[in-house]
Amino acid sequence: MEWEVVIGLEIHVQLATNTKIFSGASTAFGAEPNTQACAVNLALPGTLPVFNENALRMAIMFGLAVNAEIGKRSVFERKNYFYPDLPKGYQTTQLAEPIVGPGFIDIETDDGDTRRVRIHHAHLEEDAGKSLHEDFHGMSGIDLNRAGTPLVEIVSEPDMRSSKEAAAYARKIHAIVTTLGICDGNMAEGSMRCDCNVSIRPKGQETLGTRTELKNINSFRFIERAIDTEVNRQIDLIEDGGRVIQETRLYDPDKNETRSMRSKEEANDYRYFPCPDLLPVVIDDTYIDNIRASLPELPDARRARFCEEYGLSEYDAGVLSSDRAQADYFETVTGLTQSAKLSANWITGELARLLNQADLTIQQSRVSAEQLAGLINRIQDETITGKIAKTVFEILWNEGGTADQIIETQGLKQVNDTGAIEAAIDQVIAQCSPQVEQYIQAEPDKRGKMLGFFMGQVMKLTQGKANPGQVQGLLKQKLDQRC
Amino acid sequence: MSLDRSDVERIAHLARIAIDDSEIPEYTESLNSILTLIDQLQATSTDGITPLAHPMDAVQRLREDEVTECNQRDRLQACAPAVEEGLFLVPKVIE
Amino acid sequence: MFNLTLSELSQALSRGEYSSRELTQAFLDRIQSLDTQYNSFITISEEQAIEQAKAADAIRAAGKATRLTGLPIAHKDLFCTQGIRTSCGSKMLDNFISPYNATLVERLNQAGMVTLGKTNMDEFAMGSSNESSYYGAVKNPWDAGRVPGGSSGGSAAAVAARLIPASTGSDTGGSIRQPAALCGITGLKPTYGRISRYGMIAYASSFDQAGPMTRTAEDAALLLQAMAGEDPLDSTSSTQAVPDYTSTLNDNLSGLRIGLPKEFFAEGTDPLILQRVQEAVAEFEKMGATVKEISLPNTQLSIPSYYILAPAEASSNLSRFDGVRYGHRCDTPKDLEDLYKRTRAEGFGAEVKRRIMVGTYALSEGFYDAYYRKAQQIRRVIQQDFIDALNEVDVIMAPVTPCSAFHLGEKNSDPVSMYMEDIFTLSLNLAGLPGISIPCGFADHLPVGLQVIGNYFAEGKLLNIAHQYQQVTAWHQQAPANLSED
Repeated sequence: MEWEVVIGLEIHVQLATNTKIFSGASTAFGAEPNTQACAVNLALPGTLPVFNENALRMAIMFGLAVNAEIGKRSVFERKNYFYPDLPKGYQTTQLAEPIVGPGFIDIETDDGDTRRVRIHHAHLEEDAGKSLHEDFHGMSGIDLNRAGTPLVEIVSEPDMRSSKEAAAYARKIHAIVTTLGICDGNMAEGSMRCDCNVSIRPKGQETLGTRTELKNINSFRFIERAIDTEVNRQIDLIEDGGRVIQETRLYDPDKNETRSMRSKEEANDYRYFPCPDLLPVVIDDTYIDNIRASLPELPDARRARFCEEYGLSEYDAGVLSSDRAQADYFETVTGLTQSAKLSANWITGELARLLNQADLTIQQSRVSAEQLAGLINRIQDETITGKIAKTVFEILWNEGGTADQIIETQGLKQVNDTGAIEAAIDQVIAQCSPQVEQYIQAEPDKRGKMLGFFMGQVMKLTQGKANPGQVQGLLKQKLDQRC
Repeated sequence: MSLDRSDVERIAHLARIAIDDSEIPEYTESLNSILTLIDQLQATSTDGITPLAHPMDAVQRLREDEVTECNQRDRLQACAPAVEEGLFLVPKVIE
Repeated sequence: MFNLTLSELSQALSRGEYSSRELTQAFLDRIQSLDTQYNSFITISEEQAIEQAKAADAIRAAGKATRLTGLPIAHKDLFCTQGIRTSCGSKMLDNFISPYNATLVERLNQAGMVTLGKTNMDEFAMGSSNESSYYGAVKNPWDAGRVPGGSSGGSAAAVAARLIPASTGSDTGGSIRQPAALCGITGLKPTYGRISRYGMIAYASSFDQAGPMTRTAEDAALLLQAMAGEDPLDSTSSTQAVPDYTSTLNDNLSGLRIGLPKEFFAEGTDPLILQRVQEAVAEFEKMGATVKEISLPNTQLSIPSYYILAPAEASSNLSRFDGVRYGHRCDTPKDLEDLYKRTRAEGFGAEVKRRIMVGTYALSEGFYDAYYRKAQQIRRVIQQDFIDALNEVDVIMAPVTPCSAFHLGEKNSDPVSMYMEDIFTLSLNLAGLPGISIPCGFADHLPVGLQVIGNYFAEGKLLNIAHQYQQVTAWHQQAPANLSED
């Protein structure tokens, strides 16, 4: 049987506010346990919440960026359940009247088409603390530093049909929230977390199959792998005559399997009701319009502009616009070099490779946009070859400085002197007489390919410094003279 | 509406309150008498009336996003029943 | 000294008749020697009180005293007091020493008042007799065999017994007004949001309101002045400016329009109480007020509505008491569920558990619309009744309670009969309106209270009316006969 996969995502985005959603405690990541948990976060008796305006503004920014209706009146409710990382015994969240109503974003599918994914709504809520499972005499330790960090939960419609689409959707959401500057986008630190609702149905069937919810997936790669794994499990189950049960499952990236979370099995009755400690949040058009006016250029618009203004390929434009810092970096380098093509190549190539290796974001890059631009400019004015540039870049990365200093002190300048290049070519021709003989014997249309060997030898001899254009021209001239 | 034993057990579980078997009849009786009292509402029609969540017709005020709290862990944990290395200890959390 | 009001003591302090230190010590000694009879205090904070009194004397010496500087007060034990146990009348918080002050406490401290201790109360403010306290029942100073009312029973009894000239209370369904009436003192429940709730341990958040409990309206005005006002820490505190309550105490009442809701004067109330209230109304007519009968047709629905909404909020508010971060924790829990269930079963008393369970049920899946939503709709109906009535009259007068102080244990076995005690008080909490209870005579030697209900933020008017009444009557000066004097 042919199966259709149906996926909906719930993405939790931690807002990049200074303080928590309902108290003045810091949200900075990585502090000593419970040092950023104030009386309100510990739910001391008598404490009360007061709403952080910045969280409201950020949620509205997101809503505007995904073409959504903004709730002029939104209401906080209590979701009641007992858990040690939930100090009040309820989570303050929104249900019936969320801040962001229905919206949508467009993603690119595998076959290059655009698919519209509808957003059901997005709401504001507070994050929980963390349970640490190191062994404290058989007990768990509770750290409430994260408790009360503002979250926007973005709930999509079940509009995605493959794990790739789900990952593309998550990437687009990531690009939007980082471009807006409302989230640092650091998935490893849990700034963006993803729950995937996955079901399958026979192709052509209208009604949805029973879904399972995969919890807390913290990388784009895992979204794809977790969904694929779960889809296979569901197909095997059904084809073996079994039935999918609605449940929460945890993805284990080490074993690449999903498993049932029995602790969350029990039917929950969250007893939602409007939080009596908070009043309805009411905003007017002027408030929304002011936020709209302050929005930065969004990823889709930037991507289109990158194609248009810089002549980048769709692919490069897409990659570079997916992250605001990266797009800013690109525009800085391009501005200083006047070469969008070289800038794009270096950023998506060498820079991306080293960032990846060192597990750094572009904000943490050890080579600044200005340093990279200095390097690219020396390639453009033919001071160095592209090959040498890679060496210079590694030195910039490891030791700092400027391209000019490195080229100077290490004597990496390109050799443009025809006499010196001719001498090197003559030496190579003299040393490689068998290859020269082959060249002469070859059909003229095959000779072009063989030229590469001699190029390599000359560059090796000149330690990569010879101007490759000149080498190619002179080499061909000298060899062809012998034919 | 009348509660039976299993209703009382379910509610007590939701509220995370242990009750002995011996207490259940008493709870059932007193909860049922309260339910009889509050069920008086059902006789009144409330069609079309907007629920009143809050007595004052006011809207939420907004706080500036400024850090106002500093680390007070020691003071705030002084009354905690079990703390180690700054963490509150609870029986093993199983996920 | 012990029979003086706050404003009289304030004058004595400023005349230098005694220092705050001496005044404080005198009241502390009196509490120590007499409260064994009443059990109105849970905690006496002697050390801190002496420190505060010394500081107050220094402020006075520096010429910076306010009218409240150096005056003793006691706080209901649900107001968080830094460094002093704040138990809420519960075993759950028997070991809880608050690391912070409630806004109300902070404001009275700033005004220079001296906290002598924390008063007894129904556990988590759930009760109308003060019998649900983990620390034992409080006895009514007028008759030690009877209850003082609740939940602010300790506050009312301590003021009535002259153990303290004033105290704070909180009123969710009548918890200031009813014990004030039963103990023969003055108790004001302000408009919802008039006084910050920050640091007041929540029972039902959309109902709870703090207020002063004193012997006179003038004292209540003095205290309210210091307690009221917007608090950035409480989103539901009102931003309305706080007027000068003492400046309007002597306004003329001629032309005041009084409404008497017929539903509050119907059968079921002690005829002696109705008679005392009618006599009080007659006093106002003498001052030039006019009286008319009005109707609050849905009064009967206030009890079922309240007993859905308040327990629902309470069931959620009390979830934080889980044995993890503070408060009681059961011994050697075998797992998380055991920790929660035994901690809460051991830490909460019967009435608290009952209300948590009722509230949990009312919010649970499938019952929300029939109970919670319906009760909120009724809440609006009741509020509208008051709004309509207060378009016709300036204030509403009524009894506070259907009967005077009842015997200890009398209504303990049947929660519903206890709930009926609140019939005349809790509709105000549903509507969020202010009300004051003032002594207006006796029924069989037990105090009777007159309730005056005003429009939103009409505390000034209520205090004015109460003060004028206290200028022409002496009920508020009556003390229980068996009290020892200084």
